[in-house]
Amino acid sequence: MSTRGLWAEGLCFGYAGRPVLRGVSLGLAEGEWLALLGPNGSGKSTLLRLLAGLLEPQGGRVWLDGKPLGQLSTWARGQQVAFLPQQSPYPEGLRVEEVVRLGRTPHLGLLGREGPADDQAVAWALRQTQTEALRHRWLATLSGGERSRVLLARALAARPRFLLLDEPTSHLDLHFQAEFLALLEGLRSQGVGVLTVLHDPNLARKADRVAIMVEGCLLMEGPPQQVITQPLLSRVYGPGVRVHQLEGQPVVLLG
Amino acid sequence: MTRLEPQRVRQLTQQAGVFATLLGLLGLGLWLGLSQGAVTLAPEQVLRAVLGLEPNPIVAELRLPRVLGSMLVGAALGLAGALFQGLFRNPLADPYLMGSASGAAFAVTVALSLSGGLSAAYASDRIFAALPAYTPVFAFGGAVLAVALTLLLAGGAARTHDLVLAGVVVGSVLTGLTTYWMLKDADRVRAVMAYTLGNLSFMGWPEVRVLALYLLAAGPLWWVLGRTLNALSLGEETARSLGLPLAQLKLGIIGLATWLTAASVAYAGIIGFVGLVAPHALRRLVGGDYRVLLPASALGGAVLLSFSDLLARVLTRPAELPVGVVTTLLGGPFFLYLLWRGRRDVH
Repeated sequence: MSTRGLWAEGLCFGYAGRPVLRGVSLGLAEGEWLALLGPNGSGKSTLLRLLAGLLEPQGGRVWLDGKPLGQLSTWARGQQVAFLPQQSPYPEGLRVEEVVRLGRTPHLGLLGREGPADDQAVAWALRQTQTEALRHRWLATLSGGERSRVLLARALAARPRFLLLDEPTSHLDLHFQAEFLALLEGLRSQGVGVLTVLHDPNLARKADRVAIMVEGCLLMEGPPQQVITQPLLSRVYGPGVRVHQLEGQPVVLLG
Repeated sequence: MTRLEPQRVRQLTQQAGVFATLLGLLGLGLWLGLSQGAVTLAPEQVLRAVLGLEPNPIVAELRLPRVLGSMLVGAALGLAGALFQGLFRNPLADPYLMGSASGAAFAVTVALSLSGGLSAAYASDRIFAALPAYTPVFAFGGAVLAVALTLLLAGGAARTHDLVLAGVVVGSVLTGLTTYWMLKDADRVRAVMAYTLGNLSFMGWPEVRVLALYLLAAGPLWWVLGRTLNALSLGEETARSLGLPLAQLKLGIIGLATWLTAASVAYAGIIGFVGLVAPHALRRLVGGDYRVLLPASALGGAVLLSFSDLLARVLTRPAELPVGVVTTLLGGPFFLYLLWRGRRDVH
């Protein structure tokens, strides 16, 4: 096992006795984009929460750079691993920039004062998500897609080494989906490891690796070409899914 | 932030304006509170008394501690309400949500049973003075124990929904017990009713000093908890992923809110709506940044309660209304107005 990276080793987890993860092992290297696919309820979000240190594994372990994640202080964990949940409440009375600034919390702790490094990180995160123009708007007054980008900026503002994103594209229009893919490209070149839960396999086409989860187990993991295939997707999503080839790349259509 | 942009300047200006207005209203409340009452004092009389030029026991021993006490109690309730609204991410949360009010009322009933009843003949607006001397201690303890019981039933502070449910359960059971116990004796009915309607007539210098200490003790936590509540407004998962030790911080928020509520209940009984309306209204004026909203809610609560107490003293003078009746009569319609406006703004 390489020492650098975020690793899940034999993770088991269940809610009230109902198993959700049954021994999942998965690694996320620096500068890598790993796309996690799988039907609803297959345990993707739970896996993300375990990797983010928000849940304690009931079996197995999460490692960060060869150290158990649970041994890190919560602040150190927050500085290195950022997590974007699938849904967030939209508080009244917080402006976009204030929301993004909250992303700096792990670096500030409870008492720290914000400095130039924090301003720079916030400005960078706003730029990366093209939310600079929204910075003085109230979060609650934004459209769904705008909110998604602001919350993504919040996660980016910590300048984490590993970014865990649960369906970051679900409210984005095509333009911003394309922008999101470009953003991932940039993050990868900066050495950030990104794990995304996605519903649309077509978005995962450009990932370094794709993993498919079914009923709490990792069914398959590998380059997109090997994972986004007709037999595999039919098995996971049912017979209504068709994988076509377009310019040497898999394209997934319905019906 | 090093460079201030126009929008940010506008926001800061508005916030400063709100704080200045609140401070101005506090000054006005102090002035009216000192001059108005069963006897109206002329401005120069008040001024001479405040400046110490002429000893005036009405101002120095009765009205000044009472007005200051109403402000301190209001500040404690406003702060506690803002803390709970942030913790529960619910603008309808109030300081008594976790059972502190019922716990205090129950403890007062117990105190009365232990002492054998009210100590002497009393007038209806002086009922606090007729309560046994250790009543505030009992009320404080009852409020704290009720919240502790709520925490115990909810299995700690981790699950917010369980906290609310447990608070409701503890509140209704204690209220039931209180009602049953107080109905055994007419004196108890009056005393417990007086407590549950809120009353500031017992406010003297010793009470003001204790309340001021309670509030001062809460002061240093404001920044820490402000940042925590800001992160919490994005959801508990996000707050925890940002590194906040949420389990301890939530206990800290509940502890501080309970401390403040218990202190106010001990000396002023149960005063509705202040802790609900003050943070709610100020959120609209200063925004949802709790580092600003917490102190603003404290000031707002102080303004609201000092003016409510003023009304309680002058509306039926020379008799007094329980201040809780006034806050409820003022707060109810005001709250409805806020709800109605909110609905209109959002949709």
